[in-house]
Amino acid sequence: MPENDANQGGFLARWKALPVDSVPKTVFVAVSLCLFCSMVVSAAAVSLRPAQEVNKLKDKQMNILQVAGLYEDGINVREAFAAFEPRVVDLETGTFTDDFDAATFDDRAAASDPSLSRALEDDPAGIGRQTNYAVAYLLKDDAGDLDKIVLPIHGYGLWSTLYGFIALEEDGNSIYGLQFYDHGETPGLGAEVDNPRWKAMWSGKELRDDSGDLKITVAKGVPSPDMKNHQIDALAGATLTSVGVDNLVRFWMGEEGFGPFLDNLKAGDV
Amino acid sequence: MAQTRRTYLVDPLVDNNPITLQVLGICSALAVTSSLQVSFVMALAVTFVTAFASMFISMLRNHIPSSIRIIVQMVIIASLVILVDQVLKAFLYDISKTLSVFVGLIITNCIVMGRAEAFAMKNPPIDSFIDGVGNGLGYGLILMLVGFFRELFGAGTLFGFTVLPTVNNGGWYVPNGMLLLPPSAFFLIGLIIWAFRTWKPEQVEEREFKIQTVEAH
Repeated sequence: MPENDANQGGFLARWKALPVDSVPKTVFVAVSLCLFCSMVVSAAAVSLRPAQEVNKLKDKQMNILQVAGLYEDGINVREAFAAFEPRVVDLETGTFTDDFDAATFDDRAAASDPSLSRALEDDPAGIGRQTNYAVAYLLKDDAGDLDKIVLPIHGYGLWSTLYGFIALEEDGNSIYGLQFYDHGETPGLGAEVDNPRWKAMWSGKELRDDSGDLKITVAKGVPSPDMKNHQIDALAGATLTSVGVDNLVRFWMGEEGFGPFLDNLKAGDV
Repeated sequence: MAQTRRTYLVDPLVDNNPITLQVLGICSALAVTSSLQVSFVMALAVTFVTAFASMFISMLRNHIPSSIRIIVQMVIIASLVILVDQVLKAFLYDISKTLSVFVGLIITNCIVMGRAEAFAMKNPPIDSFIDGVGNGLGYGLILMLVGFFRELFGAGTLFGFTVLPTVNNGGWYVPNGMLLLPPSAFFLIGLIIWAFRTWKPEQVEEREFKIQTVEAH
């Protein structure tokens, strides 16, 4: 009887005689395949992580350079970025803090850390939790005076959270540029937030009017005379993305965001 | 033998194209074809995954218990996809940003599973590899075709270079915004299938029902 033959052999012979569909072989194939694949995947993830981190950092730095108008094709991003001085801002008091290392502080991660952030009750930007600290990038001219400030902003559009930077002139009121580096809005419609011609409209607009009220807005139509310096034309065919951008810029430039910091800056306190 | 291998490679391009004849992998063809560059990288990624997944599955085909064969195939495909995703993130960061979630979704691309199940489980590794390359290229061909029309008429560019200067950038061309939205790929793929079947009438399926004609006596 063939079954007896198999039983008389060693363990290997008996193993080989088992049909592929038997339970032990099924378990064996499943376990060994999973082990092998998980090793391959984790090896790839671990060995490629340094290159990925470099890319992420470079991408962020490139966007900061772009929004401040310092980026040209082919420049060395890391060297050019050295012109910026990153400082961590305590959003509540609007002052700089040295409790964190600004070079490595991650405000996206801080927003989900309960000890570094707070839940928002009134949440126009749709971000859920607001970080208590954020990194401001200061660009100084040759004489050491403040030239531009780049601030991180983010908020919900139509499909996705838009992450970007806003660059302000040294008065903390005039906008130099605005740029989103990560979003999932509709190509051709909402994704026109990336259109250079639309972004150029932000340049020279002012956040607040003379009495200090936050006036900046994204809206459709011809602005009234007193809004001329504060209104950016909304994107055609992308109403919800435009509303999202409007909300998030007003949120981040307002009291819950960088408002106190910008007040201090204007008063010369920081 | 050399002849059959050639057909494994060439057949899926037109005669047995995974998108136009088998109508598989449509979902990602809709999603990633708004620009040529992204279509190209996606085509490469799918070709790589299909070829190697087919090869590995074929190598293991005599040891894969049929009760868990789909899961085994998925594990192999998923590992390869994660590998591609990690490599893109490390070396082609910009493109991996635009492809974002769609690289991960190669796992669910019907073509990869389809070839594994229909071909690799029954054929030796090298043949399976070539079959995978052929199907990946067939998928890529349609992706590039669709991407060409969508990018040219939707954004006025090809591979990011301006061909038709658009009104938004001071030119004369008013881009067709619908071509940048996924539904336009449906129309384009439909037109391509129509063109293919007009060119090669043998691809037209037989009707499942025949309309009876009543003869007058």
